[in-house]
Amino acid sequence: MTSPPPPARRHPDRRTLLRVAAAGLAVPALGGCVTSGGDDRSTAARGETSGDNPLGAPASTPLEVVIFSGGYGDGYATAAEATYRQRIAGATVDHKAIQKVGEALQPRFVADTPPDVVDNTGAGRLDLVTLANGRKLTDLTDLLDAPSLDDPARRVRDTLLPGVVADGTLDGKVYTLNFTYTVWGLWYSKPLFDRHGWRYPSTWESMLALCDEIKKTGVAPWTYQGKYPEYLNDPLLAMAAKAGGPDLVRAVDNLQPGAWKQQPLLDAATAIHELAARGHLLPGSEALSHTEAQAAWCQGRAAFIPCGSWLEAEQKGIAPAGFDMVMGAVPALGAADRLPFGAVQAASSESFLVPAKARNPRGGLEFLRILFSKGSARRFAELNSTLPSVAGATDGLTLSSGLGSVRDAVRAAGENTFTYRFRTWYAPLAKAVDDATGELATRRVTPAQWADRIQRAADALARDSTVTKFTR
Amino acid sequence: MASLRHGKYRFLAGAILPALLLYAVFVLSPYAQAFYLSLTDWTGISGEVELVGLDNYRRLLEDPLFLAALRNNGLMLLVVPLVTIALGLLLAMLVNFGGRAGSTMVGPVRGGNLYKIAYFFPQLLSLPIIAVLWQFVYHPNEGLLNGSLRAVGLGAAARSWLGDPHFALWAVMAVLVWSSVGFYLVLFSAAMESIPREVLEAAVLDGAGRLAVLRRVVLPLLRENVRVAFVYLGVLALDGFAVVQVMTVGPGGPDGATEVIGLGLYRNAFTYGRFGYAAAMGVALFFLTLALAAVALRAGRRERVELS
Repeated sequence: MTSPPPPARRHPDRRTLLRVAAAGLAVPALGGCVTSGGDDRSTAARGETSGDNPLGAPASTPLEVVIFSGGYGDGYATAAEATYRQRIAGATVDHKAIQKVGEALQPRFVADTPPDVVDNTGAGRLDLVTLANGRKLTDLTDLLDAPSLDDPARRVRDTLLPGVVADGTLDGKVYTLNFTYTVWGLWYSKPLFDRHGWRYPSTWESMLALCDEIKKTGVAPWTYQGKYPEYLNDPLLAMAAKAGGPDLVRAVDNLQPGAWKQQPLLDAATAIHELAARGHLLPGSEALSHTEAQAAWCQGRAAFIPCGSWLEAEQKGIAPAGFDMVMGAVPALGAADRLPFGAVQAASSESFLVPAKARNPRGGLEFLRILFSKGSARRFAELNSTLPSVAGATDGLTLSSGLGSVRDAVRAAGENTFTYRFRTWYAPLAKAVDDATGELATRRVTPAQWADRIQRAADALARDSTVTKFTR
Repeated sequence: MASLRHGKYRFLAGAILPALLLYAVFVLSPYAQAFYLSLTDWTGISGEVELVGLDNYRRLLEDPLFLAALRNNGLMLLVVPLVTIALGLLLAMLVNFGGRAGSTMVGPVRGGNLYKIAYFFPQLLSLPIIAVLWQFVYHPNEGLLNGSLRAVGLGAAARSWLGDPHFALWAVMAVLVWSSVGFYLVLFSAAMESIPREVLEAAVLDGAGRLAVLRRVVLPLLRENVRVAFVYLGVLALDGFAVVQVMTVGPGGPDGATEVIGLGLYRNAFTYGRFGYAAAMGVALFFLTLALAAVALRAGRRERVELS
């Protein structure tokens, strides 16, 4: 506390820095800007077409394949690539297995230097509608009309399960081909049900009766993956679709006024609400992640859990021996249901696409022709206990209890499969539905409020002229 | 002399320019591009963009989730820095002046460094890992928190912390406080250690009690550190993305209860393919942060207390 402090330091102070920063912002130095395109690839490679090579994949241009390496690994893809190298003599394949497909490929799509085939899957995938609207995708019609690998007399499109081509179609063009076939339903352990003499209910009324029965044994009738409410949407929307039929689904997807207030949707929302009101949901489910809820279910703390057909593969190593999970179609809301009890919500996923600016699009198509052959699909089913989207791929295979029940459900449904498209078309609407269903299951909203708030979101979307609309 | 000075500047320029260049390319240019993108309808994929003027900003004001995010970030901004700094100061004081060592009767507690290390520990973990750990703590059925409550007979207070809109945001804020309090404990401790002993001794000789020393001598000398802490913690409170994304229902839920600006930005950019709109959110967040820093640095400015 004696001498005065030395004169203040002279390096730039905060103010100068801010000034410099502001000047930096003002400089329109947008060279190398994120939106600018890269080199032009106007000429795509093309080989001679022949009976063995109907799509004309060139041997001289390498094929770059990007596979999402998630639960299914990438072994099935490397097998198809080996076949590709065999069939197209002298061809080379650049194989990449990655996880964050979107982050890795977004800059390449912007620069128009994408790979030749992309497995656009996983939480970080690219938004399909955005890709299609940006004209970044090759129309796959040539592939679908090409002779299939197994039987040249049948076209590729005739070898696929119902709905697969439609799943990849946007505005009348087929942009993606989905390799796996997912069916949604309610899962339970067959031995557990046999032990107690419980019978899988085919109507909602009998479901409620059975839930009372189950509760007496100290087991919670249902649990759900509350952290991600979309899981609970599936039984709700599936019951509504079965009651209201394809017209209801179409009205919802086409953003028709009042679509979410149709009686079957209100009834299905009431059903889920009732489940909560009667205390049939495992307490705490609303905060459980999918792994936590599914683990609780595998430990026998809840009897039913809604999920897609990937559940068995996902619970490998978690479900105890002899758990033998099976999937059933969601119960019918009432006798007046438009679709039979066996109808299931089914959709293909694991989207493969060929970018429009690929260097070797013909090779990309040929790779997909090989991947979607029966042998390749069968290998995939064996490796991953998941149903591929190729018809009959699992014929003659001995299947696990879960996959077997899924195959049976697909057979029982026949042509009676349905799927909503709003989730792909309008991601913000999907979010609004998820949030509303989460609130419904915790009884913080009534079924009528549930319908109201979703309808408001759908109406806002319908009014928004900046959103590209689709119809079916 | 002149040439010496000239050489000095050349040396300085040589040292600074590469850094400035990197800064311009990797910091300033993205900012500039974000400002530009916020005026467009860029999808993140297309090479074609259209200027839409201030449309994205107009939409922000009508977006219920963005407004919820503003509310939530606002509450976090009020709570997280205050609680963290209060706890940090309290713990730092206990560690540094809780003991009765030496002539001043106020000194460090025994094993004070051990406490510092223990409190600092969360700082060594990355935020997503902290969020995963706390998700286990908050697990409604098997979590540490509800388990402890039930064990001491407070089962009625146990609840689904992250599944209840009244508690979810508080649960998130508790994690943010927990994860940063150790750092500020160490920061404030360092500042306290730099206070000359003579000052404290003089205060004690003048008859000041322990509380008076802390309140009238130590706290005023920490003013600068607290101010800086406010800015850092304010920026942390305006973010919150990692914890919310990993830990909460939805994420951002239930029903928007833990929505934060960063999460909305991420969702719009990478899930909805609305990079232009997301950029507008980013620009809004930029100005909020800037305003916060300016206000905090200005509000706390007073005459410096000189010690030397």
